[in-house]
This record gives sequence, structure tokens and C-alpha cells, in this order.
Amino acid sequence: MPEHSERTLIIVPAWNESRNVGNTVREILDQFMEYDVVVVDDGSTDDTARVAREAGARVLVLPFNMGVGGAMRTGFTYAHRHGYQRAIQVDADGQHNPRDIPAVLAGLERADISIGARFADVGDYEAKGPRRWAMVFLANVLSRVAKTRLTDVTSGFRAANRRAIDQYVHYYPAEYLGDTVDSLVSAIHSGLSVTQVPVAMRPRVHGKPSQNPIGSTIYLLRSVFALSLALMRGRRGSTEVSA
Amino acid sequence: MIVIAGIGLALLVLTIIISLLLRRRLREKYATLWLLIGIVILVLAIFPGLLLGLSNALGVAVPSNLIFALALVLLVGVALHLSWELSQAEDEVRRVAEDVAIVRTEVDELRQAMGTDTGRQDPAPSADIPTADTDTAGRTDDES
Repeated sequence: MPEHSERTLIIVPAWNESRNVGNTVREILDQFMEYDVVVVDDGSTDDTARVAREAGARVLVLPFNMGVGGAMRTGFTYAHRHGYQRAIQVDADGQHNPRDIPAVLAGLERADISIGARFADVGDYEAKGPRRWAMVFLANVLSRVAKTRLTDVTSGFRAANRRAIDQYVHYYPAEYLGDTVDSLVSAIHSGLSVTQVPVAMRPRVHGKPSQNPIGSTIYLLRSVFALSLALMRGRRGSTEVSA
Repeated sequence: MIVIAGIGLALLVLTIIISLLLRRRLREKYATLWLLIGIVILVLAIFPGLLLGLSNALGVAVPSNLIFALALVLLVGVALHLSWELSQAEDEVRRVAEDVAIVRTEVDELRQAMGTDTGRQDPAPSADIPTADTDTAGRTDDES
């Protein structure tokens, strides 16, 4: 077992993922004895919580659906209260390969936040048209804000050290794209540093990715909106983290 | 006639607000604004000359237009205030929900740990541990 001060929490936000969450949790626990896994059941209507519990995870059950942002802040609050030094988000749908967890965590040696960016197995993510423009646009702007090259800022596969956890507990937005883009901008404005680690993404096992032209255009518009707001918010109100 | 109707309306608004306040159906922070509105209506209804003078001073040709304009500004303000309060309330609800999720899991774990530590069955734990220290601890918590 690792030192108490070096404990790492794996946060798995799950909403109606009863078909995937069991495998995901088992896969993580099989490979890594040293990490604690907590599944945040985001108001699921299926038996996600039971499946996750049976797979061996600790489960936090939210009383109603609050979106990924709400689920993640719950996880970070839990990590904060229980003194975890590092926390990493892994999606329940199995797209994040647990094998990459140590690599993403290793990024924390260089920065406060480490993003697992999907480079290699781009297949599923080579989105066309507006959705792709949105991703490129977001990556470019955020690279400038973060003063480091980031290529995949909407990836949910990201790790946080103690400082970042403290900041997330203070502010972790739940609005659309807030859980990825807004949270990143506000973390940077709080003086946290960001880095990225290349990882491969796997295709979804169950369920379908939501992609159609109209949806992608709305995605583009909303991402511009969310990003503009986050940037305009500036350093005001997010200068909490000092230690 | 119109003066009487105006006074009647103002009194009605004021009565409703005060009765809501007395029955604790309306928080003070919302009530002050409404009370202010009611009083302004009442004053304008009693002294119509005030409105005429005001519209002359502001250069509004028809006094009633001044009323409409003021009413619009006021209603937009009230709607904004409510949206703001709702956002606050929603954020608080979310924080509470997050806390409930965490606390519930911790309670479950504690309960389970107690069950396995004492080798007791989970159902009806309070019935068979009247002398256990957990019970006295619970009792002191209640009293304090």
C-alpha cells in the first residue's frame, strides 16, 4: 500500500452507465491495487450504483442528475475531505483506457493539472465540420491562455494534484462545457499550471456518441459562448489558491 | 373615479404583501421591493398632480406613458432579481446534493464497519446495543 500522503483517487462520473461501469471499475481495480475508485452516480435511473458497488467501487449517489460538472465536483469534494493528494477522472463508458492512468498521473510531476489528450487513436474523434472547428478553436485559445501547447482541451481524462483539487472544490462549473473548458480556464486563472499527456482513446462499448450536423453547430456556438464567458471572468474571483 | 380605483389597487397590493409577510409566505428581502412599489402607487394615486409634474419635468407628453415606462423598467428589474436568486438557490441545492451523496456513503460505510466489527447483524442495531458506547454517544449528542 502507498503512503497515506500519496493516496490517489480515481473519480468515475457515471450517468445511466450500468452496462459499462462494471467493466470499467473491474478493469481499473484489476490493474491498480494502490488506487481508490469512487463512482459518482449522477442520478441514474438504471442500476448503475448497484453494478458499480458490486464491481468493488465506492459509490456516491447523487439524488438527481447534475451533469458531469456536478458529479466531478462531488468527487473532488470527497477527495478533498479524505485527504487525497491526487485525483483523476476516468469516464465510465470505457473510452479512457485504464492502462494510461499512470501516464496521465505522471504529468502531475510537471504541472498541477494533467490532461490525457487523444492523439494516437484519433479514429472516432476525427470529427468533421463545426465540431472539429470547435475543438481546434478551443485548443488554440486555451493553449494561449495556458502558455503551453494543448491539443485536446475537451478531454475528460484529466488528473489533478492537491492544489488543483482545492481549487476545483472552490469552483467547478456545471454548465455546458464548463466541466472541461471553463474549469480549465478558471484553474489557470487561479495560477495553476496545465500539461498534457498523449493517450489513445477506445471506442465506446455500449451506447452511441452524440454527433450530427446541427448538434455540432450548436456545440461550436456553445463552446465559443462558454469560452468567452470563462475568459471574460478573468482573474477576478478565482485567485483563491496560494499554497 | 379613476383616482379611487388607483387608491384601491395600491391598497390591495399593500394588503396582499403585508398579509403574505405576516403569514411568512414572503421573505423580507423580496418584500421590501414590493412594499416600495405599493407605496409609490398609493402616493401617485392620492396625488395625481405629482405624476403630471414629473412627466412635465421629464418631457414626457402623455403622463400614462411615464407610468408604463417605469412599470417596464421595474418588472425587468424584478425578473432579473428573481433569476439571480434562483441561480443562487440552485447552486446551494447542488452543494447540498453533493454533500448528501458523500455523507450518505460515509454513513453506510460506518454502519457496515460497525456491523462487522461487533459481529452483529445489520438489521435493528439499536435494539440490541443499549449499553454500547455508541448509544451513550448518540444520547449526549442529542442533549447538547
